Amino acid sequence: MPKIPVRFTLNEAEVGLFVEPQSNLLEALRRGAGDLSPKYGCGQGTCGACTVLIDGEPHLSCLTLAEAAEGRRIETTAGLAQGSSLHALQTAFIEGFAAQCGYCTPGMLMAAKALLDRNPRPSREEVIDAISGNLCRCTGYEPIVDAILAATEGRAA
Amino acid sequence: MTLHSGRGFACINYPIGMNLGGDPAQALVHSTPDGKFMVTLSAIDLGQGMKSVTRQIAAEALGVPIDDVYVDTADSDTGPHDMGSFASRGTHRVGNAVIRAASEARAHMMEAAAEELEVSPADLDTDGAGNIHVKGAPTRRITVAETAIAAQFKQGRTLSGRGIFLIEPSGVDPDTGEMSPVTCFAHAALIIDLTVDDETGEVEVTKINSAYEVGRALNSRLVEQQLIGGAWMGVSHALYETTEPYYPDRREGPLDFNAYLMPGPGEIVPHDIAILERPAPDAPFGGKGPGEMCANPVLPAIANAVYNAVGVRIDALPITPEKILRGILAQGGARPQGQRG
Repeated sequence: MPKIPVRFTLNEAEVGLFVEPQSNLLEALRRGAGDLSPKYGCGQGTCGACTVLIDGEPHLSCLTLAEAAEGRRIETTAGLAQGSSLHALQTAFIEGFAAQCGYCTPGMLMAAKALLDRNPRPSREEVIDAISGNLCRCTGYEPIVDAILAATEGRAA
Repeated sequence: MTLHSGRGFACINYPIGMNLGGDPAQALVHSTPDGKFMVTLSAIDLGQGMKSVTRQIAAEALGVPIDDVYVDTADSDTGPHDMGSFASRGTHRVGNAVIRAASEARAHMMEAAAEELEVSPADLDTDGAGNIHVKGAPTRRITVAETAIAAQFKQGRTLSGRGIFLIEPSGVDPDTGEMSPVTCFAHAALIIDLTVDDETGEVEVTKINSAYEVGRALNSRLVEQQLIGGAWMGVSHALYETTEPYYPDRREGPLDFNAYLMPGPGEIVPHDIAILERPAPDAPFGGKGPGEMCANPVLPAIANAVYNAVGVRIDALPITPEKILRGILAQGGARPQGQRG
């Protein structure tokens, strides 16, 4: 089968790729666009490690067809920092010791960013709800929830 | 339906590292031309913070700022041999090797600085801020960077060090069977509070209180981070996780993360931790390492708390609602064991 041309913006940069029909967006981002920040975890949509934002909404890129990205705005963890200054969430994750092995962290960050972009002052329950599709094996979740809440306070300050 | 409260207690004496045929760890330290130091290890950081802790240890032993130390664990082909990151041995074994390597590199650094300052190396000290000075005369000094440049481009000297830490093989006494498999123990005590629903068998852990003695907590935030995450894993092992719920029958085994149960961010248990510091004599700056022991005591404490709540003694993990209900049924109802105080 012929490859399919797909164009989208990835962290505000225009990207054009030829993708295999029925291949997924995660593969297109990692192998095609060379953005290794979204992680391959389960490949079944149950772990959240591959979470990216499509037009601002969190999506599981392992379950998203690459061709569905046509004309969309994709955001990944690789685009969070502006130059040398980290995003408030990244700073909060570092200061809150909210990562250990780090494999879930990009998905956690993107799920949290989607939440904060639409709700800058979420409650603890809303934070828990926003990351409930993201598995973490190391932290026990509490440092992650605390870090996301700390990032919202940092913004307000 | 009644919710029964239970409290369970468990203690742990946890051996740091193992010793079957001897347990060695190695480290190499060398300076770059601009006076930074590279620590090369083959033990890797799994997320427990070994890179951070060995970096702290190397900076302390070298007497240079931590910003000037890099830890490279990239490749076990090019790094010196190490048994690996397991058995909670990273801080203790690798940290000791790093101290030895860094101390040797420091000695070379002091000799190079002494040659530049035309004094005896024994009269020199570091200020930890990137300078080497004559003791009692802080203005007679040279920077570490200048020392590294002089050593490499003028004196023809390397600022480097090799370190190995070996726990020797422990033979078994043929008469008594006595041996010393472990030189260093960490300790903890942990209390679980939970409720058991005698109609559904569901357990909700409501509180964890723990006290951990880990030698000197070389990085207290990393220690706390491991203890919080490890306790979560202990709860998960005690109550949820299994690949074969009806072992040896494979029936009902989970095939993905939807069916492989684990507590999520909605089931966070409040956990109060007291870290007790009793530096170990053979440990790097007294630090033992929390490692695996952060998950272990949670399991027996939960089993004890379930018994305390409903009088059912479960001896196979995980402690599922089904097992608890069968136990309650078999004894003709919940039998709360009561609590003292």
